[in-house]
Amino acid sequence: MATMQDLATPEANTWCPRCGNFGILMAAKRAIIQLGLKREEVVAVSGIGCHGKMTDYIKVNGVHAIHGRVLPVATAVKLANRELTVIGFAGDGDAYNIGMGHLSHAARRNPDVTYVVHDNLVYGLTTGQTSPTSKKGFRTRSTPRGAFETAINPLTQALASDASFVARGYAGDMHHLTELLKQAIAHPGFALVDVLQPCVAWNRVNTYNFYGKRVYKLEEAGHDPEDLSQAYERALEWEDRIPIGVLYGVERPAYRENFPFLEGAPLARQKLDIADISDLLKEFA
Amino acid sequence: MKLVGISGASVSFLVGGEAGQGITRSGSLLGKALMRGGFHIFGANDYPSVIRGSHNFYVLNVSDEEVHSQADTVDLLLALNRETVALHVDELTEGGGVVYDEEVELEKGELGRSGPGLYPVPMASIVNEIGGPAIMRNTVALGAAVALVGFDIEILKAVISDTFEGDVAEMNNSAAEMGYYYAKEEYGEGFGCRLEPSEERPNRIMLTGNDAVALGAIQAGCRFYAVYPMTPASPILHYLAAHDLDAKMVVIQTESEIAAMNMVVGASYAGVRAMTATSGGGFSLMTEAIGLASMTETPVVVMVGQRPGPSTGMPTYTSQGDLLFAIHASQGEFPRVVVAPGDVEECFYRTMEAFNLAERYQVPAIIITDKYLVESHKSTDPFKPGRIGIDRGDLITTEEWTEEEYRRYEITESGVSPRILPGTRGATVLANSNEHGENGYTTIDPWEVVAMVDKRHRKGDALKREIEGLRPVEVYGPDDAEVTLVGWGSTKGPALEALKVLQGEGVDARFVQIVYLEPFPSEAFAGVLQSNSEFILLEANRTAQLGTLIKLHNGFAFEHVELKYDGRPFNPGKIAGRVREVA
Repeated sequence: MATMQDLATPEANTWCPRCGNFGILMAAKRAIIQLGLKREEVVAVSGIGCHGKMTDYIKVNGVHAIHGRVLPVATAVKLANRELTVIGFAGDGDAYNIGMGHLSHAARRNPDVTYVVHDNLVYGLTTGQTSPTSKKGFRTRSTPRGAFETAINPLTQALASDASFVARGYAGDMHHLTELLKQAIAHPGFALVDVLQPCVAWNRVNTYNFYGKRVYKLEEAGHDPEDLSQAYERALEWEDRIPIGVLYGVERPAYRENFPFLEGAPLARQKLDIADISDLLKEFA
Repeated sequence: MKLVGISGASVSFLVGGEAGQGITRSGSLLGKALMRGGFHIFGANDYPSVIRGSHNFYVLNVSDEEVHSQADTVDLLLALNRETVALHVDELTEGGGVVYDEEVELEKGELGRSGPGLYPVPMASIVNEIGGPAIMRNTVALGAAVALVGFDIEILKAVISDTFEGDVAEMNNSAAEMGYYYAKEEYGEGFGCRLEPSEERPNRIMLTGNDAVALGAIQAGCRFYAVYPMTPASPILHYLAAHDLDAKMVVIQTESEIAAMNMVVGASYAGVRAMTATSGGGFSLMTEAIGLASMTETPVVVMVGQRPGPSTGMPTYTSQGDLLFAIHASQGEFPRVVVAPGDVEECFYRTMEAFNLAERYQVPAIIITDKYLVESHKSTDPFKPGRIGIDRGDLITTEEWTEEEYRRYEITESGVSPRILPGTRGATVLANSNEHGENGYTTIDPWEVVAMVDKRHRKGDALKREIEGLRPVEVYGPDDAEVTLVGWGSTKGPALEALKVLQGEGVDARFVQIVYLEPFPSEAFAGVLQSNSEFILLEANRTAQLGTLIKLHNGFAFEHVELKYDGRPFNPGKIAGRVREVA
């Protein structure tokens, strides 16, 4: 079982002071500790952007992948070794722009992978351009006249793709986010946790103050996470009240159950011998 | 076994018709029957990218010795429509024949030459009689062809029974038999070619390059295949998907080639041998993740089946236009393997070798083939399981690890840092697409950066030394030959057939096949250049890409260059003609 000290890396943190990423990093570490996981049992997969440093800042196994491709990598790691707990971390640019295609496909495949999206509604590391979750009219260096496009709603996207677990967290409520991540990791299928993450450098609209006034907890609002139509309704709320918690959560067979030979020792641990192909060759004789 | 040909030691067939008439299937059934009768075969298909309509054909070259490509001419044309006759009559050998449906009224005169024997067969009425679908006319034609060359109909029927199931097999067997007896009674031994089977069935297999790559992957212990369908590589997916439970292989059709290559990286990072396959367009999408594999030092294997580009090009035709692309794909500088098998046997063994090299040097290994190689059938000896073993390189198993601190990118003399599987007690296994230090964490420190770049490139140096010893340059023919043909990949087939022709004429020629293109085996090739031979470069592209590599690595420029970029394979006769000009 890992401790806070076990999960610390020698890397100096380079995020802006008060960045929402700190809350997500802390919640992820706490979730790992509270679930009783050892650090070698966890694989973190991160994309490109400010969030990408997650693999530098949590001492677990890690793949710091390329932009937008967290889900294919994470899906394959889990198939190769089902004993590993696989947590993907991505930014809103990663997850909902360049890597958007993978979200629907991961959702319908349902691999036992958790997908944490650091959603700050803006591009941070590339110094302030519009993001797919930026609201229409949002002014950035790339949209001086305001964003022309309507914003993507990641929650309805995931619901429409038949995701078996869809949740929203808030980086400003670390305790709540920790509980949410624990549920997402424990969920035996694909779990999306979209995390509202204030960006102190580039987003002066969606601040701690903005969210603090609006977020409310679904578990305190009588929400039924097994009711898809309720989940859609909650997913559409934004202007005055923003729900956090589990919008939708049902159990569906995990993707690996399609491969009965994955039920024994993990593929990665099976010894490789020259396969006997003599039976296979008969077809060609 | 007895072979009598019109134009030498082989007999060639062409089955032609519309897409949807089962042309490739028919041709390969005949090929397999003839193989079981003791002959060697080579069969190639030609088809446009459509599902129905449009002209398709399959050429089958049959010999009593190993045969490496299609022939230049056709001895027996099996025409399932009139168009086939019109399109291929000029390819007929003097004394060749045409089998066609008697409903198509052909006059000898309209074929414009005196030669071909006309063998009408009531294909449609036979199919009607047995109540079969129209597509079954092709089986009637096969039966007739078997009769005309004096082959054994029972062997064809056995192949049909092994290929189809239940009623379909039975009906096809009736169709073949009726075609056979009709032709036997009507035409007797009037046709000039004979293919009489041997008493015993030879121990031989007939398969495509795609089949061989798939089998090589299974034998090499590949357990993860993520892929997006693309001609000409899709048959590997079909084969592996049908055998996933036997091979204990996770086979995933992904949402894109981008997903496929990233999944291969993920599976391999976790410790599983993993592979994908595609063509140039798909490989374009994979290039970024090829770079990820190289930077994270994660072994990956990809087969690229070339077809003519740029862009969509001609999706169902062949090309060697992606060689330099494969060697340079993805940003930055890093070592990789590019290997080009030249026939089905090499597809099998070199695929196994690719897995070993990828893991031992922790680099991407690209198996570069083309449509002509991976979709053509060739008969060959069954593959030997022990010839190439499994060598996973410096891989520390979970049980072996006792240290406290693991450094994924430890600086070593060889450049290879021992791998360990994530999930190993006490070890944190990092794969970082950013430049990184020995511990795997991101760095921009200039000293650390240089050390890490040098480490990766030391692997490339070692890889080159190893490849020089892996028969990277194969020579067919005498060292003191007057003319040397130089090529790579599938040009091997037509080149070897050209050598057969030339040998018969007493022309002294050899073929040199470059099997490894990256790292380039400049030492092995320098040995070939120690000769007074005239050299001819043979490539299926417009810009002589192998020629560029040879100039770069060996400083040798070809005076004679034979390039073909119409999407069709080389003709042995054309190559032989070029050799005669130079000799």
